Amino acid sequence: MTAGITPVSDTAAERIRADFPILATRTKSGKPLVYLDSAATSQKPRSVIETISGYYEGYNANIHRGVYDIAERATDAFEGARARVASFFNAAESAEIIFTRNATEALNLVAYSWGLANLRAGDAILLTRLEHHSNIVPWQLLAAKMGAELRFLELDGQGRVVLDDLDAKLRGVRLVASAHVSNTLGTIVPIEQIIAAAHRAGAVVVIDGAQAAPHLAVDVRALDVDFYAASGHKMLGPTGIGTLYAKRALLEAIPPFLAGGDMIRRVSYEQTTFNELPWKFEAGTSDIAGAIGLGAAVDYLQDLGMAWVRAHEVALTAYALERLNAAPHVRLYGPERAEERGGVISFTMGDIHPHDIASILDGEGVCIRAGHHCTMPLHERLGLAATARASFYVYNTYADVDALIEALEKAARIFKL
Amino acid sequence: MDELFYREYILEHYRKPHNYGRFEHPDLAYEDDNPLCGDRIRVELKVDDGRIADVRFEGKGCAISQASASMLTDVVKGMTLEETLRLGKDDVLENLGAESISAARIKCATLGLKVLKEAAVGGMPQAWPDEEGQAS
Repeated sequence: MTAGITPVSDTAAERIRADFPILATRTKSGKPLVYLDSAATSQKPRSVIETISGYYEGYNANIHRGVYDIAERATDAFEGARARVASFFNAAESAEIIFTRNATEALNLVAYSWGLANLRAGDAILLTRLEHHSNIVPWQLLAAKMGAELRFLELDGQGRVVLDDLDAKLRGVRLVASAHVSNTLGTIVPIEQIIAAAHRAGAVVVIDGAQAAPHLAVDVRALDVDFYAASGHKMLGPTGIGTLYAKRALLEAIPPFLAGGDMIRRVSYEQTTFNELPWKFEAGTSDIAGAIGLGAAVDYLQDLGMAWVRAHEVALTAYALERLNAAPHVRLYGPERAEERGGVISFTMGDIHPHDIASILDGEGVCIRAGHHCTMPLHERLGLAATARASFYVYNTYADVDALIEALEKAARIFKL
Repeated sequence: MDELFYREYILEHYRKPHNYGRFEHPDLAYEDDNPLCGDRIRVELKVDDGRIADVRFEGKGCAISQASASMLTDVVKGMTLEETLRLGKDDVLENLGAESISAARIKCATLGLKVLKEAAVGGMPQAWPDEEGQAS
């Protein structure tokens, strides 16, 4: 191990790996699976998988209505999961956690429910240049509908958000939408400063935490954030479940997003009284198994401790940055220091197209992402059509990084770089 | 993916593509991209009596898309425009010497063919309703 890198024991990682059945499988090419695409979706521990099958096999029933035993058990498990998610984010109460399909739906909920009710013609929405499409497109649609203007905080040469002109850019801004961690550059955005400045300027702040919630301790009360969106499947949970944290006062003030069953208190043919929080925002039968599975995922993360999760990630990222920097022809994007970034590293290698890199790595059992990672405008600004991206999580080891480097060396040989 | 896929002759086509460049006055031309990966290909044709007299292509992107387009330009010289419309995925795979290709990469491999067909359609009597298919 190289000096300057916090050693996180591979023994701990090995113990964790044993909890993830998929990591014991082999790829089509017969190689051990080296999964370096957790920024796209994380793998799932056995506890999450068994919690989900436990619900279907043991107490599958709809929630909030049945009076029989398994229906009550399902309701308790579903609401128990909400309470655990609330505690994970340190929300003041469970009612401030809305279950959605994913972070994208959570952001759309804010755009439609808050945006249509609060934005006026001439208002501005402030974003950053590193946003994922899911934190750009809903605001483009909203701005077009309401006659609002989109503004952007710029990036420096290392892909860090420039805050020098934050106060000036906040003039006339009603809503700020920013990622917490960039899914492409890995940049950790200083949202504490952005939130404080936005509030001084009278703006509401929504944070896209899809890449942060799995990796950093997120305390929504300490952040004083208004809305915080996250995706369950990137944090060891199943697909199909996401969460929106929102301050109670905001949720009470805005209209529902989707309408239907479960979100009502009383319906006549003429009119409807809406349910209390959080159910006002959860129309129709929710992804019950998904929510319960997310509860188990949050338990798993809290058992590890988010401080450990972060320390492990910084150590792996630092090691990967060092090895990639030393690899010939590799060019890295994003902050130079591991402390300033999440466990996401985008890179290019000579003139090899990222898709060719990913295909050759696939032959070595190494799974990475290639493309624009749903950040086309950012790639355009970087002057790139695509990048290759490796991303880490709790089950990755230094050996995974070594496998990545070896596979990249092979790609260089094939392409005669 | 089968690492044999990145064989010497595929990389040869990628590094030194055949029929690369543009005509001063093409009879037909078409350009398109695959927004998912940024692969882009332009195909230009010289047509003589419904037959491809000469062809040029330009593009950027992955080795699969560019090599596949390069090989295709060799194959279609002398073909009638109608004949190019009958070319399919299997012909592309045959050019590449591959039995199969992952679903994720098939779009790369067939981008050149897709663009060529659009160019060819632009020169046919029952021209495609899409005007972009016309010579530009």
